Amino acid sequence: MADTFNFELVSPERLLVSEKVSEVVIPATLGEMTVLANHAPTMTTIKPGVVSVKLASGQTEKYVVFGGFADILPTGCTLLAESAMALQAVTRDTLQTRIEHAQKEIDNADSDEHKTKLEQFLAELTHLNNTVVAA
Amino acid sequence: MPSLKDLKNRIASVKATQKITKAMKMVAAAKLRRAQEAAEAARPYAERMGKVLASLSAANAGNAEAPLLLTGTGKDQVHLLVVATGERGLAGGFNSSIIRLARDHALKLLSEGKTVKILTVGRKGNDILRRSFRENIVDYITFREVKQLSFVQADEVAQKVLTMFNAGEFDIATLFYARFQSVISQVATAQQIIPAKFEEVTESDNAAAALYEYEPSEQEILEELLPKNVALQIFRALLENNASFYGAQMSAMDNATRNAGDMINRLTLSYNRQRQAQITKELIEIISGAEAL
Repeated sequence: MADTFNFELVSPERLLVSEKVSEVVIPATLGEMTVLANHAPTMTTIKPGVVSVKLASGQTEKYVVFGGFADILPTGCTLLAESAMALQAVTRDTLQTRIEHAQKEIDNADSDEHKTKLEQFLAELTHLNNTVVAA
Repeated sequence: MPSLKDLKNRIASVKATQKITKAMKMVAAAKLRRAQEAAEAARPYAERMGKVLASLSAANAGNAEAPLLLTGTGKDQVHLLVVATGERGLAGGFNSSIIRLARDHALKLLSEGKTVKILTVGRKGNDILRRSFRENIVDYITFREVKQLSFVQADEVAQKVLTMFNAGEFDIATLFYARFQSVISQVATAQQIIPAKFEEVTESDNAAAALYEYEPSEQEILEELLPKNVALQIFRALLENNASFYGAQMSAMDNATRNAGDMINRLTLSYNRQRQAQITKELIEIISGAEAL
């Protein structure tokens, strides 16, 4: 049995998960990373994607997050998501509305830098859309 | 002297009013519970965000390249007041206490020769502030159609504020809202959101922060988090405001119900007295009529 650590997934609206887990895969901005117990203290931003949580009991739960950041300590991991929901609750429609919203923002964006960021965000969302719907 | 019929009508109308205020009180109580739960659910996120930002900003103190959201523009000439009030009235002194605080603040700044810009969130605040600060109001946001407050609304406000800041339209932003203390006490509060202010970091927190690995760089994380923090602070203020609003409405409606009850008692007393007087008068007439025979 692998070591376990505390994992918390929080969105501004509520606390989604607070449990002992053995493994968490988070979509960090610089690539996916797997967090195990006794991970070095790290702080990273995350991109829209799927967080997969392996509970101490061996079950796996999946959540979709839309950006945010993670605070990783040897004793635990806290993921502050801008918005998050269980994978089962995500439908094609919710993603579609988000994509449309992002597209609108790109059209309205004035600075190039902002635009690039949004375009990246949109690409990730679209990618997410494809993977989730395929799953 | 009102007639018996007048009194009866008046009692009936006060009773109807009492029914309405009682119903409003109960609705407010139910909504208050929900609003309080929402405010509590938002707390863990805010606490963690605060902690992370505090240690990050402590590490960045004195860094000349730190983001402007953290350090400010270095001036304090143009102030933006974000005034969050309720959408409705009938909540005792809730709206007026926030507005009074904001107005005093604005007048003080104006007398010091500063420029004041006002962004109102909520219909009530806009209606009242518009009277005295028509030229100062730059924008107005209402959540009239929104049933359940969520982060999306706060983000909308934050985006407006941030766009203005990035365009250099103001130097300091202050947020006005009512902090929820208890059902009977809500405190109008002014909170500076730009440049951001954090609680002092203790030594032990700082030591832990020094060991962190940052991915991407510390600077980039800070740049991404600070706008989020603005949205978060606004979200929290909106939630507190919401809870305060229902708390204030509940106690206001409780008072109104009690007043109506007192009024009904008084009116019933004078109604009965007058009825008795009329009976006595009629009796006297009958008796004196009989004696005259």
